[in-house]
Amino acid sequence: MARVLINLPTRARRGEIIEIKTLIAHPMETGYRLDSTGNAIARDIINRFVCNYNGEEVFRAELFPAIAANPFIAFWTIAVGSGELAFSWTDDHGQTQSEIRQITVE
Amino acid sequence: MKGLVLLMLVVAAMTTARAQTAPTERRSGYDFASPETRAMQDDDTANPGMLWVLQGETLWATKAGTADRSCADCHGDARTSMKGVAARYPAFDIALGHPIDLEQRINQCRAERQRAEPLAWESVDLLSLTAFVAHQSRGESIAAHTDSQLRPFSTLGKELFHRREGQLDLSCSQCHDDNWGKRLGGSVIPQGHPTGYPLYRLEWQSLGSLQRRLRNCVIGVRAEPYEYGAPENVALELYLMERARGMVIETPAVRP
Repeated sequence: MARVLINLPTRARRGEIIEIKTLIAHPMETGYRLDSTGNAIARDIINRFVCNYNGEEVFRAELFPAIAANPFIAFWTIAVGSGELAFSWTDDHGQTQSEIRQITVE
Repeated sequence: MKGLVLLMLVVAAMTTARAQTAPTERRSGYDFASPETRAMQDDDTANPGMLWVLQGETLWATKAGTADRSCADCHGDARTSMKGVAARYPAFDIALGHPIDLEQRINQCRAERQRAEPLAWESVDLLSLTAFVAHQSRGESIAAHTDSQLRPFSTLGKELFHRREGQLDLSCSQCHDDNWGKRLGGSVIPQGHPTGYPLYRLEWQSLGSLQRRLRNCVIGVRAEPYEYGAPENVALELYLMERARGMVIETPAVRP
């Protein structure tokens, strides 16, 4: 897990509703598919996504095998203050990809 | 006798290939896609193909091979050095004596300049580098081939495009020249212009090359697909680019 695209405004007015769009590269293998020799391909999906805004959780999602590869998650939050937004994606192997973006609120 | 003439007329009508789609009627696969798919392509932060472009940007600056050289060490800033390159590939390689496509050109650079192992077809690394290079040509028009040495190869491509193949006995042209805009199963048949490769297919849940798409189509008519990198595939790519000359590069495109 490495390739991530995050889109959010770098500046916002206090109280403004901002949209945050995230995209991460991941195969999201369902666990229901068989390989060419007929053996089940082990499940490997991102099962949890969390966004913390200055330490407070503002958005969380649980993901299941029906989600397509390279999941795109968009959500809204209220710009309450300057600081950082921390994003983390956790997969079935327990590996977590974390990203941090700064926002200035005036 | 009358019946025989009628039969001959019907056979003649069936075998006469309709002329290639006029330039003014040419449409990118983008125009046939749903508004949702188009919106995905138009927004760089929602376009999953950009994940590969991002990876390609990293690889561009990463040293590789025994020469310990990165693409950037020779070519510098890709935004200027690679602008328009994808719009004129496949191009004729003088040393080899035949045209090569962008993927093959990248692997040639790896072998000769970086002294590194070639990247496998459809591997994340090769797709990423190709997407990154082709992305620099987004908005550029596909160039008309002026190299006369390419002529026999585009002629071969054209012949392959019009040749009926497989158990379904269909040519590329019968779908993409004669029946574009109609539906095949649930999807609209596009005109087959390679404007956005490598592109993200929702069906593949991945980025894929034009050769992957060609092999898919050939398997679809139940014929034996050409191997990745086969001269027939490159000839088809060349003819398709010639057929699409003047159209705008969209890499990385998003298609259903």
